[in-house]
Amino acid sequence: MIRVKNYVRAASLEEAYQLNQKRTNVVLGGMLWLKMGKRSVQTVIDLSGLGLDQIEEDEEKFTIGAMCSLRELEVNHSLNSCYDGVIKESLQHIVGVQFRNCATIGGSIFGRFGFSDILTCLLTLDTYVELYQGGLVSLHDFIKLPRDNDILVRIIIRKDRRSAVYQSFRRTRTDFPILASAASFTEDKLYLSFGARPMKAEVLEINRSDLADINTEEDFKNFARDTAKKFKYGSNMRGSAEYREHLAAVSIYRALKALEEVSYGN
Amino acid sequence: MNSVNSGIRKKDAMALVTGQPVYTDDIAPPECLVVKVVRSPYAHALIEEIDQTAALKVPGIVCILTYEDVPDQRYTTAGQTYPEFSPYDRLILDQRMRFIGDAAAIIAGESEKAVDRAMKLLKIAYRVLEPILDLRQAKDSEIVIHPEDNWRALVEVGGDPKRNLVASSKDAMGDVDAVLAACDFTVERTYRTKANQQAMMETFRTYTYLDAFGRLNVVSSTQVPFHVRRILSNGLGIPKSRIRVIKPRMGGGFGAKQTAVSEPYPAIVTLKTGRPAKIVYTREESQIASSPRHEMEVKVRVGADKQGVIRAIDMYALSNAGAFGDHGPTTVGLTGHKTIPLYARAEAFRFSYDVVYTNHMAAGAYRGYGATQGVFALESAVNELADKLGMDPAAIRELNMLRSGDVMPAYYGETLNSCALDKCMATAKKMMDWDEKFPARDMGNGKVRGVGVAMNMQGSGISHVDTAAISIKVNDDGFYSLMTGAADMGTGCDTTLAQIAADCLGCDVDNIIVHGVDTDTSPYDTGSYASSTAYVTGMAVVKTCESLIERIRKEGAGALDCGYEETDFDGSRVSCLKEQKSITLKNLANQAMCGNETALFATESHSSPISPPPFMVGMAEVEVDMETGQIELIDYVGVVDCGTPINPNLCKVQAEGGLAQGIGMALYEDIVYSEKGKNYSNSFMQYKIPTRLDVGNIRVELESSYEESGPFGAKSIGEVVISTPPPAIAAAIYNATQIWIRELPITGEKVFLGMKENE
Amino acid sequence: MVIKMWLNGKLIEDVIDADTLLLDFVRKHGCYSVKRGCETANCGLCTVLLDEKPVLSCSVLAARAAERRVETLEGVREEAEEFGGFLADQGAEQCGFCSPGFIINVLAMSKELEDPSEDEIKAYLSGNLCRCTGYMGQLRAIKSYLDQKKAVVS
Repeated sequence: MIRVKNYVRAASLEEAYQLNQKRTNVVLGGMLWLKMGKRSVQTVIDLSGLGLDQIEEDEEKFTIGAMCSLRELEVNHSLNSCYDGVIKESLQHIVGVQFRNCATIGGSIFGRFGFSDILTCLLTLDTYVELYQGGLVSLHDFIKLPRDNDILVRIIIRKDRRSAVYQSFRRTRTDFPILASAASFTEDKLYLSFGARPMKAEVLEINRSDLADINTEEDFKNFARDTAKKFKYGSNMRGSAEYREHLAAVSIYRALKALEEVSYGN
Repeated sequence: MNSVNSGIRKKDAMALVTGQPVYTDDIAPPECLVVKVVRSPYAHALIEEIDQTAALKVPGIVCILTYEDVPDQRYTTAGQTYPEFSPYDRLILDQRMRFIGDAAAIIAGESEKAVDRAMKLLKIAYRVLEPILDLRQAKDSEIVIHPEDNWRALVEVGGDPKRNLVASSKDAMGDVDAVLAACDFTVERTYRTKANQQAMMETFRTYTYLDAFGRLNVVSSTQVPFHVRRILSNGLGIPKSRIRVIKPRMGGGFGAKQTAVSEPYPAIVTLKTGRPAKIVYTREESQIASSPRHEMEVKVRVGADKQGVIRAIDMYALSNAGAFGDHGPTTVGLTGHKTIPLYARAEAFRFSYDVVYTNHMAAGAYRGYGATQGVFALESAVNELADKLGMDPAAIRELNMLRSGDVMPAYYGETLNSCALDKCMATAKKMMDWDEKFPARDMGNGKVRGVGVAMNMQGSGISHVDTAAISIKVNDDGFYSLMTGAADMGTGCDTTLAQIAADCLGCDVDNIIVHGVDTDTSPYDTGSYASSTAYVTGMAVVKTCESLIERIRKEGAGALDCGYEETDFDGSRVSCLKEQKSITLKNLANQAMCGNETALFATESHSSPISPPPFMVGMAEVEVDMETGQIELIDYVGVVDCGTPINPNLCKVQAEGGLAQGIGMALYEDIVYSEKGKNYSNSFMQYKIPTRLDVGNIRVELESSYEESGPFGAKSIGEVVISTPPPAIAAAIYNATQIWIRELPITGEKVFLGMKENE
Repeated sequence: MVIKMWLNGKLIEDVIDADTLLLDFVRKHGCYSVKRGCETANCGLCTVLLDEKPVLSCSVLAARAAERRVETLEGVREEAEEFGGFLADQGAEQCGFCSPGFIINVLAMSKELEDPSEDEIKAYLSGNLCRCTGYMGQLRAIKSYLDQKKAVVS
C-alpha cells in the first residue's frame, strides 16, 4: 500500500502545481490506482477543495472538472444523450458504483492507463485536456506525451453532430477489458480507437470518402480485418495478441454497421 | 415435524445483518502484537543467512523468529482425524523454501507500520535451487522437494518423498482393459483443472493469548477447532492440555479453513513472548499462501455398448499437492470414488492415482474435495461418449444411473438406500425445457445457445471416521442449551442442529440456545467438512435428545411418584399415564435446582458406518457469440437430493452458492504462474470470482429421498452442490460450437481458437 | 494531523496519519461492521456512505473525508434491520461478512434508483461480491423489500 507523510488540501491550483513539482509528491485523484502501489510519497495533494467537480454545458462544449467522479459522468443525462450514450457505456462496466464514485476523470485521463475504457472512448470524440501549465491540448496529442508534473484541470468535449459507438470484451462483466473499442463518424471522418490492447488506446483517423468503395459484406469484412492490423496488440493474462486482433476486426465491422444505421439520416 | 423442513431464520441472522462485531478481528484485544510472515521470493531455495540487526532496531519490534527458533518436529497442518493420512512434512519455519510465498520468518511488533518497516529491513540470503513447476515432471524428478530425514507418514498411503510422491494407489474391479476392448464405443480423454481458491470473504485470521492458567488460547476463524488443538500441540511441541481453541462467527470457509493456515504464527509468538498476538492474512496471502483445490490432470477411458450401457470406466488422476502433503492423500480418493459409482451398470472399473509434490503452494480442502475434479473429467467423458453414440446425454444417464437399493462396488461396497437421482433428472429436464433446447438453437443474430447436463454425488460424512458428540442440558425454566463442536462458518448449522433438537424435544426452536465452539467445553466434533454436520452431528443431536428425554422422564417419575415406564414426555410436560397427573418441564427444571441427584444433561456421540450420497443434476444453457467465441451463461438449473432438507431456505442458498462457485471454476477463475513459479492470480483484480452479473439465472429445486440412517431422513448438501457446472457448461458450449474444451476455465478465446482450428 | 468528521451523526475529532484509510478510521471508532476483504478495491465489503454516496472506504483517505458526513451500518440501524429482515427470511445473509457493505449499497440504491428493474439492481450492486449465496437469495430479498416499500407508499 502507498505510504504518505503529509496530506494537503490545496487552496489553489497554483499551490497544487508548486507542490507537484517535487518528485516525491503526487496529486490525489480517486486514489484507487495510487493506493495499490508500494510508493512512499512525501505529500499527497488533494484537489477536492477547488470546485473541479462540476460538469458544465454550453452550446459548444461540455467542460468537465478533473475531480468529477466517473459515476457523475456516467449518469449525466445531457452528456450521454449528446454522444449516443457511449460515455455511459464505456464507464458502466467498471467494477461497481462505489468504485466509480471514487474514481475521478482527471485521474483516469492523466494516468493514460492501458486498461482505460474512458480514454479509448474519448479519443473518438472531439476531446481536449486543459493543463495548468500546458494549456489546452487535444487528447490525441496528450496520449503521446510522457507523464509530467503538470496538473490536469479540466476535460473539454466539443459538441458536434457525431455518431459514436462503444464496445468492449471482458472475461467477467466488470473485469478489465480484453479489448476496448470505440468508433465515431463525423461528416467526413471515421475515428477508430482501441485500448487495453493491452497497451493504452490509440486512435486512427480515416476519411469517410475512402469508405465509398466498401459495399458488400465481404468488403466490410476485409476492411475490418485490414484496419485491425494497423494497431499493435500484445498478450497478457486476459488474452493473446492474436485474439485481440480478431476482436478488433469484429468490432470494426460491428461499429461500421452500427454507425451506418445511426447516421443514415445524416 | 414443526421445525425440520421449515425455512426459519438463522439464530445469528439479525446480528449479522446489523453488522455486530462478532468475527475474530472484531473481538481481538487491541493490545495484540501484530504478526506478519516474511515470504520466500523463490519457488525452491535454502535460507543461508538471516540478518536481523537492522530489523530488530525498528522501534516497536518485539520478536523475529526464524527456522532456528522453532521445534524441529515435523507435523501436518491438514485438519483430519488422527492418525492423519497426511505426511508429517512441515515445520512452522523451515530452512528450505518450497514455493514462492513459503514462510521464511515471522515478525511481531506493536504496530503494523513497525512490522512493515522491519519486514523491509530483514535481510535473508537464499541459495536458489531448481524448482519443479509442472506436475507432470514431478514424479521421479532429480529434484527432490522433501529430502529431509524426519519426513514421516503415520499411515501408509503409497507416499515416497524421494520420488516426490505424496500418495499413490490403485483400486479395480473386473478386467477393465478387456471390457473396454469389447465395447462398441469408447472415449479416451485427458481433462485439466486448476488450483482454484475458495476465496471466502473473510481471509484467514487468528489471535492468541495466554490465560490465567498459562494456557495458550487460540481464537481463530477455523472449521476444525479440535484438529487445530492437536496440530498446534504437534507443531509447537506442547501438550494438548495446554491449548484451548475457540471459534467465533466466521466469514466463510468452504474448506480453506480445514487447514491450520494462520494459527501457528501468532501461537508461537505468544508462546515466545507471553503476549497476545494476532495475524490477519491479506487477500494476497489468501491467494498465494493458502490451501486451494488440488490442480489435477485426469485421464478417463469410458466405454459403452450400442444401447448406451456404460460397461467400463478407467480413470487415472495426477494430483498436484504442491509444497506439502496436507489433504493430498485424502482428496484424490474422491476423484474416482465419488464419480465412478454413478454408473451402476459398469462391469469393470479401475481407479489409480499419483499425488505429487511440486514447488507450488500446498493445496488443501475445497468444497467437493477431489470429487469436483473427477466430476469434470468423467461427466465430460460421458458427454463425449453420448455424442459419439448419437445419444441424448440425459438419456444415457437415465439408462445408467444409480438407483435405490444398488450395491456400489466403487463406493467402498456400500449399499445405496436413498436415491432420487431419477427424479432430479426428470425435474431438471422440465425446468430447462431440455427436450426443446437440446442440443442447440441458432438465435439468428450470430449467436447460438447450447445446453449441457451433468450429474454427481458426494458423501455425507466419512464412514467409520467422522465423529460428532452433542451435549444438551435443561436449564431452569425449561429452556435448553445445545453444545456442539461443529463449526458454523455461515452455513447455519447452529440453527439447523437446533431445529433437529426442537423436533426431537417437542419444543420451539427459540427454546434452544446453541453454544459452540470451545475445545475446553464443547463435546468432540471432527469439524465442519466432508458434508458431515447435518448427517453425523445431526444424528448425534437425535441420540442426545433421546438420552435427555430419558433423564427428564426419570426425574419426572420421581416428582410424580410414578414408575418410569408409566411416564410420557410431550415436550412441555411429563405425565403419568396411569394417574391423571403431570408436571411441566418448567417446574421440573426449576425443582431440579434443589436437592437434585439427576443431572438434566445428556451427551451422546455418533459415527456412521455408511456415508449416504446426496445427488444432483445440473443443466446449463449458454449463449456463444460465434464470431468472437465470447460466452454468456444464460440459465443454470440444479436439482438436489439431499434427503430431508432440515431448513429448505438454507439448502436452497447452499445450492445456489455452490453452483456460483462451480460456475466460477468453469468460466472465470484461472490460476496463472510466471516461469519462475510466481502466482499472478494474487488478488480479486486478477482472480475473477463471479459477480452477480456473471452467474446468469440460477434456479434450484429439491427432490428429496428419505435416508433412514440420517436425522429425520436427511443426508447432506454442503459439497454436492459445486461440481456440476464445469462439465455441464463444457457440454453446452460443445453443443453450441462443436468445440470440446477440456481444460478449465473455459474462455471465449479457447472457443475462438477451437473454432479457428475446425475451419 | 487532526481531523473532524461526522460519523453516524456524531461529530468526532481524532489524530490520524496522512495515509490513514477511512476504513481503519471508522473501525477504530467502533464501526466494526465495515470490513476489509481485499486490497484492490474489488469486493465492496468496505462500502460506507460519504455525503450519502456509497464509496469504498478502503480507497478514501480519512483526511479526504474530513469535515464530511460518513455513515456506516451502525448509523442506519433501523433501515438495516428492515432490509436485513428480508435477507434473513431468505437465509441469504449466510456468513454475513459481505452483508454490511452490501446492505449499505442496497440502501443507497433504493434512494438513488426509482423502481429499478432486475438488471438495474444487479448492475448497481455489481461491486458487492459474495461467495456464499450465489446472489439469488439477495435478489429475492431486494425484490421483496422494494415491493413492500412500494406497497407502503401506495
